[in-house]
Amino acid sequence: MSKFAKKKDGEVPAVSTASLPDIVFMLLFFFMTVTVMKDSSLKVENVLPNANEVKKLEKKDRVIYIYVGKPTREYEKVYGTEPQIQLNDKFAKPSEVGDYILMERAKKPQELQNVLTTSLKVDKNANMGLISDIKQELRKVNALKVNYTTYEGDAFRNLQ
Amino acid sequence: MARRAGAPEVNAGSMADIAFLLLIFFLVTTTIETDAGLDRMLPPIEPPDQDVVIKQKNIFQVNINKNGQLLADDELIEIADLREKAMAFLDNGGAPQGSPDYCSYCKGTRDASSSDSPAKAIISLKNDRETKYSTYITVQNELVGAYNDLRDREAQRLYGQKFVDMEAEYLNPETSDEVKDELKEKVQRIQELFPQKLSEAETSTN
Repeated sequence: MSKFAKKKDGEVPAVSTASLPDIVFMLLFFFMTVTVMKDSSLKVENVLPNANEVKKLEKKDRVIYIYVGKPTREYEKVYGTEPQIQLNDKFAKPSEVGDYILMERAKKPQELQNVLTTSLKVDKNANMGLISDIKQELRKVNALKVNYTTYEGDAFRNLQ
Repeated sequence: MARRAGAPEVNAGSMADIAFLLLIFFLVTTTIETDAGLDRMLPPIEPPDQDVVIKQKNIFQVNINKNGQLLADDELIEIADLREKAMAFLDNGGAPQGSPDYCSYCKGTRDASSSDSPAKAIISLKNDRETKYSTYITVQNELVGAYNDLRDREAQRLYGQKFVDMEAEYLNPETSDEVKDELKEKVQRIQELFPQKLSEAETSTN
């Protein structure tokens, strides 16, 4: 029996693939830890403008998001083509922004309630009128720290 | 042949395949989010107790109309020139030597008809309801850039590094506490030299 199986000398042994799963698992864990699952699906077009004097928005637990933009195609029939506000998963009127902020603020732990930032993710084709309304609402509930969230890039590309 | 004792070993050859499958799933769904933007403070809604009188020369009016055109101090200018204009205004230091507002570190033209000192200078930004958001962001970016450029200059002079780098390091959660305390002082000092006074008036409706 062993006569057949006997290897000839000088043949290169096969590369061991036993550690392949380990390597793959390492990569897997890396991606698992850096992955952020989106908590709300976007119902509005959301192409942010560019800016280069930006500051990073650290500490995600201190941020409340407000999305603004034109409704995507499937919602166009119901909500029209004018830019709308999206709070969590719903479309909302400017007057509802204040309540939303208060509600989100109440959900956060006590010590963070005074250091919250409102991130405005606004499509670059939106008009300032709607933004002004939102800003007015934010002022009413004393949420004064805002962050106009943008992509990092040359600001003059916005004008084209 | 005698059978060996114990359960037979499970074939682990397909483990790599399973791991690959998961890996590819996470690779595809990963969006390493880059949330960055322009930080701004909105003015509080209650009016200040007493009316503050601000001299006209200390206000730099920036108006954006609905076509994206820019009016700075009653002059129609291009957005590309805004940063330079704003810097010239902030850095002017028009107060004469000996007055309490005298700005020793200003390198501007010291024009008496422009701002007295960076601490007094206010940029007022007004926009139309139909102004496009992207234009507004560009203008905001340029104004913040003007402040940052001036702060960079002072930070370079006093501490030999850029203000934006100092601030980024200060805000970085990985920076150790001792470094942070030291940086905090420096950052605040620079911020006092060029305080960001950017007023956003309510939008005009016409």
